[in-house]
Amino acid sequence: MTSPETSPETSARPVDGGHTAVLTPVLTLDDVHVRYGGSHVLQGVTFEVPATGVTALLGRNGVGKTTTLKAVLGLAPRTGSIAVRGNPIETQATTRIVRDGIGYVPEDREVFAGLTVDENLRLVDPERGIEAPIVRDLFPDLIARRAQRAGTLSGGQQQMVSLARVLLRDNTVLLIDEPTKGLAPKLVTEVADVLAEVARMTPILLVEQNLALVRRIADTVVVLDAGRVVHRGRADALVADAELTRGLLGVSMRREGAA
Amino acid sequence: MSDFVLLATTGLALGALYFLAASGLSLIYGLMGVLNFAHGAFMMVGAYAGWLTMTDLPPSLSVGVRLLVAAVVAVALGAAVGVVVEVVLIRPLYRHHIQQVLVTVGLSLASVAAAQGIWGADPRPVEKPDWMSGTTSLLGARLPTDRFVYVVAALAVLAGLLALLRLTRLGLIIRAGVENRTMVQALGIDVQRTFTIVFAIGGAAAALAGILYAQYAGSVSPAQGGSLLIFAFIVVVIGGMGSIVGTAVAAVAVGLVQQLANYYAASGVGDLSVVLLLALVLLLRPTSLKGATA
Ligand SMILES: Nc1ncnc2c1ncn2[C@@H]1O[C@H](COP(=O)(O)OP(=O)(O)OP(=O)(O)O)[C@@H](O)[C@H]1O
Ligand SMILES: [Mg+2]
Repeated sequence: MTSPETSPETSARPVDGGHTAVLTPVLTLDDVHVRYGGSHVLQGVTFEVPATGVTALLGRNGVGKTTTLKAVLGLAPRTGSIAVRGNPIETQATTRIVRDGIGYVPEDREVFAGLTVDENLRLVDPERGIEAPIVRDLFPDLIARRAQRAGTLSGGQQQMVSLARVLLRDNTVLLIDEPTKGLAPKLVTEVADVLAEVARMTPILLVEQNLALVRRIADTVVVLDAGRVVHRGRADALVADAELTRGLLGVSMRREGAA
Repeated sequence: MSDFVLLATTGLALGALYFLAASGLSLIYGLMGVLNFAHGAFMMVGAYAGWLTMTDLPPSLSVGVRLLVAAVVAVALGAAVGVVVEVVLIRPLYRHHIQQVLVTVGLSLASVAAAQGIWGADPRPVEKPDWMSGTTSLLGARLPTDRFVYVVAALAVLAGLLALLRLTRLGLIIRAGVENRTMVQALGIDVQRTFTIVFAIGGAAAALAGILYAQYAGSVSPAQGGSLLIFAFIVVVIGGMGSIVGTAVAAVAVGLVQQLANYYAASGVGDLSVVLLLALVLLLRPTSLKGATA
């Protein structure tokens, strides 16, 4: 595989504008395969997530975006090499991988519906839960709903719980799967604001269908098709090129909608 | 009227025993998706450990004291057997549900055969404290006092389990795990350890059910665990897998239906009615077979 120095598309621009040196990627996938029974879902996925900013993982429906995140987390049966800051993790169990700093916000939020908002947070941070400073800073609306069952929250609020929950831990990198799916434009903007804020501190690998949001917060893009990486490059360049976007992503991407 | 009170009390007492047998089964299925057929063996461990302890303790001790010591021994041994079964049999077969069923059914059959080989197939009489053999008058009926012991024991276990589930970190992890085990792991929480603890709790409660059921029956026999297990499974399905409150309600319903139908319809109709109750619940609420929340 190529080293970061020789592949310009993976050298992210430093978000704080301070450093110009090329950083080692935070997450590396090399020839990752996932098979479910007879279906070969990931067929040798290779890419890197730079140590800063947002990397968007794009592709049509069913190309294996979610499966890629699950492969990293050990939630899908995978072969190949996966490393966090150069340390191989492909043989470790999910719990270990997460504790070592990979935060996961799954598709469809997956809050614990029968648990209260506070309980959802206390699972990760038993001491502070809803009282953690990050909740006050990024998710103040949740505080009034601390005793409400997460299952009774709106989709947007559930997304905030799912995000807050993972941010209670110190993460090396965040894997976030379609956080704006099914949300109203105003909420899409709110989620985007949170992601932009979080990305100042922690690199994010983001699966997202909303191109406006990708343009606003992503630095790098990786495009999957049929279980393989078919394009890597700068987010603004891809979004600006309507023909390329259509060719790579088809019509499933949402150009419209607030971010 | 006094017939009804007597039947209802006996139904409640049986419900209490079913609850003790079913509570661990329900948590284990809800959290781990494991149908633990070895639960009957846990009950047998309790019954036989209790009986052996009572006969081995010096007769100078009163029956009540010996029963109390026997219950402690039975519960501790039940918990230990639960841990061993989880670690040795269930863990290596994690996610292989068919194999888990085979292995736990195998353990159940083997333990029954072993008990038969060692102590014989016939029921062995168990001593009962005098005060438990007596009756208590209530609402014009003379009720066997032991019935209240089972109900009180079950209420204590119910309260303990609810406190564990609602007030402790372990309980929070169990409740979350019953809903979505994978997501608990994906939050970096070691859910494996809670599996072992839940098996220990299930084993302890089942062993208590075993020793108390032997008191109720007046004897221990190798077949007891199996018959109690069938009703425990029915209770778990009716109550919603993984729900402790649901299990308690279902256990009482099954105990009452069984007793009342046996008396007012015909002997033997009770068990049939329980199966009909199960069928009715499955028809009206097909989701019973999925996990619920504690
Ligand atoms: N557990 C599984 N068993 C079998 N096949 C699966 C499983 N999970 C996913 N797949 C298949 O793998 C392919 C990729 O699925 P994946 O969810 O990764 O796609 P995706 O890119 O996230 O799609 P979407 O945009 O709809 O979220 C799909 O064809 C899907 O049907
Ligand atoms: Mg997906």
